[in-house]
Amino acid sequence: MEHLGAYANMVMALGVGLFCLAAGMVISWMGRPSNLTPVKLETYECGEPTVGTDQVRFRTLFYLFAIVFVVFDVEAIFLFPVAVVFRQMGWFGFLEMLAFVIILLLGLAYAWRKGVLKWQ
Amino acid sequence: MNYIFDPAAAFAWCLEQLRTLATLVHLPVMAGEWVGSFLVMIGLFTVCSVIVMILVYGERKIAAHMQSRLGPMRVGWHGLLQVIADVIKLMLKESFVPAAADNWIFRAAPYVVFIPGFMALIAIPMDRGVIPAHVNMGLLYILAVGTPGVIGILMAGWSSGNKYSLLGGMRSAAQMISYEVPLVMSVLGVIMLAGSLDLAAIVEAQKVPYIIYQPLAFIIFLIASVAETNRNPFDIPEAESELTAGFHTEYGGVRFAYFFLAEYVNMFVLSAAAVTLFLGGWKGPFLPGWVWYFAKTFGILFLFMWFRWTFPRLRSDQLMDLGWKVLTPLAFLNLIVTGLVLVLLK
Repeated sequence: MEHLGAYANMVMALGVGLFCLAAGMVISWMGRPSNLTPVKLETYECGEPTVGTDQVRFRTLFYLFAIVFVVFDVEAIFLFPVAVVFRQMGWFGFLEMLAFVIILLLGLAYAWRKGVLKWQ
Repeated sequence: MNYIFDPAAAFAWCLEQLRTLATLVHLPVMAGEWVGSFLVMIGLFTVCSVIVMILVYGERKIAAHMQSRLGPMRVGWHGLLQVIADVIKLMLKESFVPAAADNWIFRAAPYVVFIPGFMALIAIPMDRGVIPAHVNMGLLYILAVGTPGVIGILMAGWSSGNKYSLLGGMRSAAQMISYEVPLVMSVLGVIMLAGSLDLAAIVEAQKVPYIIYQPLAFIIFLIASVAETNRNPFDIPEAESELTAGFHTEYGGVRFAYFFLAEYVNMFVLSAAAVTLFLGGWKGPFLPGWVWYFAKTFGILFLFMWFRWTFPRLRSDQLMDLGWKVLTPLAFLNLIVTGLVLVLLK
């Protein structure tokens, strides 16, 4: 008996999801009015005339948070396989994991101390 | 009657019929499989839509009753048809791309926000043997595939051509990635207990729901889920009074409806994941498994709605502090304590 694998179903979910949303868009497009005026197409700012462009400066803090996130998420991926076989490994596995987690926590403490995590 | 208690057998029966049908019309047997998969996905999309409608109605009714109001009452019995009226209204509304917007990114963003939630949903077991995509690292899959939603929100905020949308999108992304860390860390304890990443195996391994062994992880997971979905009390990115709804200010009509759909589907996925990991998934006495699954998931969703009308909104710095300086260290602590206890009990 051949069966479609789980991965084929994932691809199918992607395709069907896109298809259903696109179909909804088409149905809506057939029913909805469209009389555009320049005023309607303006950027919404509570009815006031728009001030400046959208090319505003924003904080570099976002970038720092993104970097800390990448570090922690990558480390989390390393913890996943260890967690799966943890029960078979006993004390050795625990100490190895402890060392890894303590290094991670030192990293967090360093970022904390450096003020990276401070939102101001 | 048996099929109500064993939907997996019902699905297998349907698939067998499709395979037979495929051979009858001289197509390869696999054609039946593909059609079956397609029908399952269409069905799942319909279920998603119905769930979202129930949630929108529930949200409005629960909010109303918590504030001693009645909520929607006019359309249908106790406003039951209100959601359908809203859907029709949103579909028939003019939906355009503002002049300042970046056309194609603006159009693509709702899809990028919705698809990850939908793709994550297919890997969560609804009953014994009822998982559209059963992979042996299902937990990793739902965590990984759910993440690109952040990119969709950034796309929406950046392409709108509105500085408030941009700020809202950036804040949303910062918040979502900050709470991703405790979310991922909190499930490690469950993996250590179950010894597997397979969501069905994790449910089967729960003699008693893991919330008994992992109460701290459950609380961290719950708080992080609320923050991941940008809901009150973590809704600074969408603060109406300040950013005029954040990343979806410029969206209207059917595209706005898609953002709404995506938001509620993501809520459902995170609740379903919490149920699967901590509350024993489909397991429960007397009733069929899928009834338990939906009952538990809607229970968690009720909790989400309850939070919304109970807690005041957090300030930006408090929000980041809670994520990085409270929840993340607590998640690590939970990991170490779980490991220690497991090793000592061995």
